[in-house]
Amino acid sequence: MLKVQDKGVHQCDSGWVPVFVDQDKSISLMSIGFLLEKPDDAVVWRGPKKNALIKQFISDVTWGDLDFLIVDTPPGTSDEHISTVESLRPYKPLGAVLVTTPQAVSIGDVRRELTFCKKTGLRVIGIVENMSGFVCPHCLECTNLFSKGGGEELARHAGVPFLGCVPLDPQLTQSLEEGRDFIQEFPKSSAFPALAHIAQQILDRTSPQGS
Amino acid sequence: MAEEDPGAAAPPHGCPGTSSAQAGRAAACQGCPNQGLCAGPAPAPDPAIEEIKEKMKTVKHKILVLSGKGGVGKSTFSAHLAHGLAEDETKQIALLDTDICGPSIPKIMGIEGEQVHQSGSGWSPVYVEENLCVMSVGFLLSGPDDAVIWRGPKKNGMIKQFLRDVDWGEIDYLIVDTPPGTSDEHLSIVQYLSSSHIDGAVIITTPQEISLQDVRKEINFCHKVKLPIIGVVENMSGFICPKCKIESQIFPPTTGGAEKMCQNLNISLLGKVPLDPQIGKSCDQGQSFFSEIPESPATSSYRNIIQRIQEYCGLHHSQEKLSNQGME
Repeated sequence: MLKVQDKGVHQCDSGWVPVFVDQDKSISLMSIGFLLEKPDDAVVWRGPKKNALIKQFISDVTWGDLDFLIVDTPPGTSDEHISTVESLRPYKPLGAVLVTTPQAVSIGDVRRELTFCKKTGLRVIGIVENMSGFVCPHCLECTNLFSKGGGEELARHAGVPFLGCVPLDPQLTQSLEEGRDFIQEFPKSSAFPALAHIAQQILDRTSPQGS
Repeated sequence: MAEEDPGAAAPPHGCPGTSSAQAGRAAACQGCPNQGLCAGPAPAPDPAIEEIKEKMKTVKHKILVLSGKGGVGKSTFSAHLAHGLAEDETKQIALLDTDICGPSIPKIMGIEGEQVHQSGSGWSPVYVEENLCVMSVGFLLSGPDDAVIWRGPKKNGMIKQFLRDVDWGEIDYLIVDTPPGTSDEHLSIVQYLSSSHIDGAVIITTPQEISLQDVRKEINFCHKVKLPIIGVVENMSGFICPKCKIESQIFPPTTGGAEKMCQNLNISLLGKVPLDPQIGKSCDQGQSFFSEIPESPATSSYRNIIQRIQEYCGLHHSQEKLSNQGME
């Protein structure tokens, strides 16, 4: 998605060097994708090996001075999540952003994820409703492909902030496929203001004054 | 990621391999942290595999439903494969949900909040219809907010119990819905059913490359564990606007979609299912969209796919019978 799939990770004296996404080195990235010989190699690992790698990603990567570390996780409430929360605990993580789609089947799993956050003492920064409606590019009719409003309702029900909805946008998918910078290239897309609004809310809610 | 052991990182230089007679004894093994483990007696296979084999003698066909990414429609597919197969009233269908941390099957099947009962011969699955039963960790939880915060070994134990301790009875098709990925749940299912014969796996994907990338990993996983692939289903493939009837590609197949991938890898494409808002709605209400929207292109596409899966299983079943007779 960030167009760095062919890059490799280098080893230096103080650890693994993350891959830089842009010239200014403002975004650095670490992923197991960089450690595979071939992009289609499957990582058929049980929990303990995954946990060991997550711990290495947090302790052995030369992250340097960062303002924010964003951790993308797989679905569920299992090894990866427990290990991430445990490894980050000494660094006092700001909290979790929960992403759902609007339909009840998806909301059902996020309810369990909220319980995970509560049990592990992880603050919930808020809930994002993704794939929320699709505006037909031909007639501008909006269809709620995966229903609507489920994320907001869940946030109210659980008493956590609702950060906003992101509509389905083929331009966003396309730009991720090609690893382009969506925010630079599609400022007029409907998903753009939605994403910008959510990012601003996360900044506000996690700034020292806000929290 | 060595060929012979999918789970291992690159082995040390000169490693004879864990299954070799020289394991733990070769010169290269000196100083290896796993030397003791390799040199010791090979671990006995889990006795549960034999018990599960006995249990599975009454289950004719076993189908795994896999995907690389989450949210591509695995559980929706599994549920509707079960509904579709169960339309033949002479067949008994069972659906097993092995997504331990995100069990969605009970909601999609409209049996959320049901409980599993214990009988003399094991746990009784929950029946949706007379010839369609379901087992899921969702039936063992106390409520919709209850989270299963388990690491791998506990999830594996649960899957073992589902296969060994559930009173499945006489079943024509057992459909196993899995979580996304290639980890504990998948290895365990394949391992526990290793003596019981799995017909094969159906892999669900969406059309865009981001999703296909993970599907290629899933296909490699199947090859490594010698799991036959029945075929690939491309879900969320195009959307026809209900107002202007013009089709849009919401998840554009920038690299040719599942069709091109299947050609390249020589795997069958079972079909493409278009996006239809009614599918999600039916799932939320726990109803089969076959009965809700019989006219939708998604429904006819689903029916074709199910028929191809039936044909595959029928064909392989008779081949297997033939080869068994040949052996006797």
